[in-house]
Amino acid sequence: MSSEHAIDDQHAVESHHVDIDKQVKIYLTVFVTLMALTIITVAISYLHLPTPMAITVALFVALVKGSLVACYFMHLIAEKKLIYAVLLVTVAFFVVLLALPVLTVSDGYWIHEEHPAAAPAESGAHH
Amino acid sequence: MDIPYTVEIRRDTGLTNGKIGIWLFLASEVMLFGALFASYILIRTGAPSWPHGSTILNVPLATFNTIVLIGSSVTMVMAWASLMRQNFGKFRLYMGATILLGFVFLIVKYFEYSAKFEHHLYPSTNNFLAIYFTLTGLHMLHVAGGMAVNAYFWGPGAKQWKTNPVWFTNRVEHSGLFWHFVDLVWIFLFPTLYLL
Repeated sequence: MSSEHAIDDQHAVESHHVDIDKQVKIYLTVFVTLMALTIITVAISYLHLPTPMAITVALFVALVKGSLVACYFMHLIAEKKLIYAVLLVTVAFFVVLLALPVLTVSDGYWIHEEHPAAAPAESGAHH
Repeated sequence: MDIPYTVEIRRDTGLTNGKIGIWLFLASEVMLFGALFASYILIRTGAPSWPHGSTILNVPLATFNTIVLIGSSVTMVMAWASLMRQNFGKFRLYMGATILLGFVFLIVKYFEYSAKFEHHLYPSTNNFLAIYFTLTGLHMLHVAGGMAVNAYFWGPGAKQWKTNPVWFTNRVEHSGLFWHFVDLVWIFLFPTLYLL
């Protein structure tokens, strides 16, 4: 009986090692991909694309790189539901936080459209 | 009194307390950096003109630092994988490499900052430099903090491997999560400040 347990334990240890070996291969693949994407990011910056296009491309590549780090190095690809729930709330608040400046800008335009005469008076007050 | 659920999994969460703790901390960190990124967007969209990062900052040095930090993330995850393989010697090697790469990152940043100060470029010079120094300065503090924790696990904290190896492995994993987060923040800082 005890020898059976010993064999089971041995199998468990071996399969555990195989799992880790598989993960290590994934880590190295992710590392090479991240290096390639870093070089691509810098190379694209030398193309001097129009600013909106440059921002879109650079942030898209950064998003891919960030996702690779989060999914594989931080093991988010196979995590418990509670962690996903925490991150979902975080992402929701993060999006609101980043949207605030955009709302401020659009609010500024709205004020100018509604009160075009107010702008010169305001700027005069500052001087 | 022992800290509960450091090794065994809590039934209600399916996690150890340390794991849920570090993720909640990282959630607060996302909001901290998020506030600064929002400030960056606000300042940039409100400015009549904005300099291209590469005209003021050193892109080759920052590219080198990006590679260093990504490399350190790999050595960090390999340190944890070494503990999972019961190979403490390899853990010491990979963790040492992670700390060393952190040092390299900070040294490069020191040269970058020195070059700016030599040219009389300070946070008070303009909005671009103000947000550059704030974001990279805060990030550097995080690198230094992560290095201190990693150095503890590499040095005195490693004694726990003999008494409670599973807990030690979990703690290294949590430290790694913070280190990868620091890497992740840099992945977004680099193009935002240097390339756009």
